[in-house]
Amino acid sequence: MLLEIKDLHAGIEGKEILKGLNLKVNKGEVHAIMGPNGSGKSTLSKVLAGHPSYEVISGEVVYEGKNLLELEPDERARDGVFLAFQYPVEVPGVSNSQFLRLAYNEKMKHLGEEELDPLEFNDYLKEKAKIVEMSPEFFKRSVNEGFSGGEKKRNEILQMAVLEPKLAILDETDSGLDIDALRIVAEGVNKLRSAENGIILVTHYQRLLNYIEPDYVHVLAGGKIVKEGGKELALELEEKGYDWVRAATK
Amino acid sequence: MTQGLEKETIYSSSFQEVLARTADEDARRLRAAAFKYFTENGFPTPRDEEWKYTNSAAISDFGFRISDFGAGDDGSEFLSGFDYRRNGFTALHLAFAGVRVVRIPKDTSLAEPLEFTFKADEDGAIFPHLIVVAERGSKATIVETYESAGTSFTNAGVQIFVEDDASLTHYRVQKESAESYHVGTTEVTLKRGSFYNATNINLGGKLARHDVHLKFTAEGGEAYVDGLYMLSGDQHSDTHSEIDHRVPNCTSHQNYKGVLNDRSRGVFNGKVFVRENAHGTDAQQSNKNLLLSNDARVDTKPQLEIFNDDVKCAHGATVGQLEDEELFYLLSRGLNGALARNLLTYGFAEEIVNKIEIESIKKELDEAVLNRLHTSLEA
Ligand SMILES: Nc1ncnc2c1ncn2[C@@H]1O[C@H](COP(=O)(O)OP(=O)(O)OP(=O)(O)O)[C@@H](O)[C@H]1O
Ligand SMILES: [Mg+2]
Repeated sequence: MLLEIKDLHAGIEGKEILKGLNLKVNKGEVHAIMGPNGSGKSTLSKVLAGHPSYEVISGEVVYEGKNLLELEPDERARDGVFLAFQYPVEVPGVSNSQFLRLAYNEKMKHLGEEELDPLEFNDYLKEKAKIVEMSPEFFKRSVNEGFSGGEKKRNEILQMAVLEPKLAILDETDSGLDIDALRIVAEGVNKLRSAENGIILVTHYQRLLNYIEPDYVHVLAGGKIVKEGGKELALELEEKGYDWVRAATK
Repeated sequence: MTQGLEKETIYSSSFQEVLARTADEDARRLRAAAFKYFTENGFPTPRDEEWKYTNSAAISDFGFRISDFGAGDDGSEFLSGFDYRRNGFTALHLAFAGVRVVRIPKDTSLAEPLEFTFKADEDGAIFPHLIVVAERGSKATIVETYESAGTSFTNAGVQIFVEDDASLTHYRVQKESAESYHVGTTEVTLKRGSFYNATNINLGGKLARHDVHLKFTAEGGEAYVDGLYMLSGDQHSDTHSEIDHRVPNCTSHQNYKGVLNDRSRGVFNGKVFVRENAHGTDAQQSNKNLLLSNDARVDTKPQLEIFNDDVKCAHGATVGQLEDEELFYLLSRGLNGALARNLLTYGFAEEIVNKIEIESIKKELDEAVLNRLHTSLEA
């Protein structure tokens, strides 16, 4: 088992958002999480990544046999947890390549593996950028600064490619991408998908799931998983909307 | 106020030497007048509005060995225009000034930057005075660097004249020791259609003060006066700038950033005057400060005085801490807390450092900034 979330209650600023959420992810699996706006999908993502503004009220999150909630956000990342942000953050003055090399080397240090100098890393980065068809001109630019919405999302997946996480949580990576970019980014994610990692895909649209076929689809509503199924559940949702799920679970 | 009577005698006997060395009659008269002003007024105190946040008592209390003064070029035609009456420092400066005059000839573009390095020795006091005349249609870059060893006193003056259609890029890098005292005044005069682009980097000094006085004297001038102060320990850095739009259709941009750690203290006071007839003025000013410690402090005061309606002016000052969301973003990629904070701080300072087009200087400053943060991007 890669990740097991047991009866998780969590919230922000005294407001409970997740109200008893359960989820299991094994290596090699892709889980899609769908659900209405405000249902807690990003909250779940941020809690897993360790955002300090979110408080866990009760419940457990076990990642590779460890209590994930005890780890600092950077420790989680070095241990292989990666969140592709719904709204990636701009970091002025820090170039993409500097940032990525530092992140990569921190992870390598943690694993006791060899770090890369700027030249070596540049070659590595160029290879990785091909996965999401990203032009090297983005390497020199400040992280996400002035990037278009779609470019930011593509940059998130570039980071995923560089860091090779064991657990990737992609929070609405498809939103903001044009039709071609969606295909390219989705194909990139498919290339990164392996028997060794697990992926949680948060999305509103079946479109993404046409490219990245999930093993399981979960519906999150009101802070809980209210319905689960295979990839056909996404099609059904697209057709019937969330009221159908809500009505069925009442 | 009878500040440092004893020091006054130290300065007095040295001043007789300076006078003896000054051949030109006008220059001698000027030095004597300036010295008289200094003996009568002493160094400024915090009671002086312009020195409200910067107490110079430590400088007057220290018995410096006055070295390297009074020699050099004549330059009295320019020196007479230097406003030594601003305060005791400018007066003392002019009295002892070691003058250097540099001309960039008409319609000439210099491929290589002109570099001037001023170094004060331990316990020494220096009074360098640099005059740069960028003649009509010329284009050049000058680099002014201040270094020091241990406790020293640099009292510098620079006069810049950018003549019609000339373009001058000016880097001023103050990287003296953390025990030094540094006071510098830069006067800039811009003529018709001229362009002046300054970047003032302040890293050193226990107590450092830099005053910039820039005036547009004909239409079509454009100026960038940007800077960075990066302080730690008990450093104190004070920047005063005064941009004077006294003619129409000139543009000024000011972007100063401060990074303050430990118990350091920063002061930014930026005045922009737009005179009555200066229509078509575009003046922008920004001062952003990043406080890395609860004990650091900054006093920032942007000041616009506009006597004309047909102008575009904007100013703003901020004092803040690192952004939580940016910090979390870096943490979520596996950077440890200290590295993430340092990288964000570096990014904040980089906006100014990145302006520098001379690769060797930019690299050196990058490293200086990272050094301050005890971080390496090479590791
Ligand atoms: N700082 C906050 N204070 C109070 N409520 C908050 C705060 N941040 C988020 N919320 C609320 O938490 C709820 C869950 O938000 P979350 O971002 O997890 O939703 P989501 O499922 O990701 O929605 P979307 O599909 O629109 O991205 C929302 O109702 C939101 O308004
Ligand atoms: Mg969301």
